[in-house]
Amino acid sequence: MTLKARVIPCLDVKDGRVVKGVNFVDLVDAGDPVEAAKAYDAAGADELCFLDITASHEGRDTIYDVVRRTAEACFMPVTVGGGVRTVEDIRKLLIAGADKVSINTAAVRNPDFVREAAEKFGAQCIVVSIDAKQVNQPGEPEKFEIFTHGGRNPTGIDAIEFAKKVVALGAGELLVTSMDRDGTKAGYNIALTRAIADAVPVPVIASGGVGTLDHMVEGVRDGHATAVLAASIFHFGEYTIHETKKYMNDAGIPMRLDL
Amino acid sequence: MTVAIIDYGSGNLRSAEKAFERAARAHARMPDVIVTADPDRVRKADRIVLPGVGAFADCKRGLWSVEGMPEALQEAVRDAGKPFFGICVGMQLMAERGLEFETVDGLGWIKGDVSEMKPADASLKIPHMGWNTIDVRPESHPVFKGLSTGSDGLHAYFVHSFHFACSEETDRLATFDYAGTFTAMVAKDNMIGTQFHPEKSQRLGLELIANFLDWTP
Repeated sequence: MTLKARVIPCLDVKDGRVVKGVNFVDLVDAGDPVEAAKAYDAAGADELCFLDITASHEGRDTIYDVVRRTAEACFMPVTVGGGVRTVEDIRKLLIAGADKVSINTAAVRNPDFVREAAEKFGAQCIVVSIDAKQVNQPGEPEKFEIFTHGGRNPTGIDAIEFAKKVVALGAGELLVTSMDRDGTKAGYNIALTRAIADAVPVPVIASGGVGTLDHMVEGVRDGHATAVLAASIFHFGEYTIHETKKYMNDAGIPMRLDL
Repeated sequence: MTVAIIDYGSGNLRSAEKAFERAARAHARMPDVIVTADPDRVRKADRIVLPGVGAFADCKRGLWSVEGMPEALQEAVRDAGKPFFGICVGMQLMAERGLEFETVDGLGWIKGDVSEMKPADASLKIPHMGWNTIDVRPESHPVFKGLSTGSDGLHAYFVHSFHFACSEETDRLATFDYAGTFTAMVAKDNMIGTQFHPEKSQRLGLELIANFLDWTP
């Protein structure tokens, strides 16, 4: 009997639709995030993450409808991130039915926003999303830097120091994305994941770069994450959630295999 | 039958509402599920649910700021003996005291304090966040009808840093392990309370809610 590692599928949502679609056999509408959420719920996902990448201001309200409809149909924890900048954004997401809200750029620009959010809504629902790249040269001591805007803009901020700081301010969980691995299918940056996980008392979700089930095992076993996030390997049906969890369990990581 | 979910400005009521609605739809008596901040509607309800997320003291202040609500709860739950379900901080509020940030009195319905979780293994992460199994006392409870628990049983979804340290072991219906044994669920007379979130615990949670709707204390 122990706390199990979590597997979290992440759906990129733009203007209320899943970006690139989700390739499940029996979905009525592969572009509807709620249909995809229901499929993941039925498949035994431990949590679900929506990342809203809607660019236009007018489109911003579509995510609330997605979260509302998901909360009607799925009885699992849901985290929503992307464009969360104000206390009012958080309040609206929580009222719509999100359990946790992930703050990214706004925390980099103004770390005190994390404190404000945690004081208002409780640390348990405030996730800080850290996008970082390894910036040291080979042979030099490891150094990780925070990047914004999808990895394009360096900030000069040390990722480990930033992680400690936002946790001290009240973040209840960290979503650590290896930006140098995102989309590569080369696996998480384990050095980054572990450096942050070992530096903070709160749970860390590993993200960015999953290509195989072994990468997910490494995220927990070597990266010391308590949850692993992946997108494309699930959406395009390469691996099912259950298969992933079974694989991790067989590799010695206690997993929840209820169905 | 009416099930009242108490709205006192604490967090995510929508998920609790939807989970109770889902269980109610499948229930023979088709109970009405209402979310309300009206003490009269709480008094008239047949079953009462107190959710809660965030800090103990904030939730306590929130509940007490709804005029007449603490009295209505006392009458309906303690005097009239209506079935009561506390969820997360809603369960913790049943304690005598909460020790989170400041010491605050709770409802005092179940003896004990809500204090910081200190697992024996310091490397374990706090909050205790995620899925864990629960161990139910051997005498069990009607709300666990048909549910498999224990280390090979169904999992419950937890997210919390504080726990209900019950003074009376008999009030503790279920526990979970996290380098130490902590309260997963309390039960006394007509009251139950879960530290975990039944509305987020998929099958275990939905069936627990359905059993609560059936339960006659």
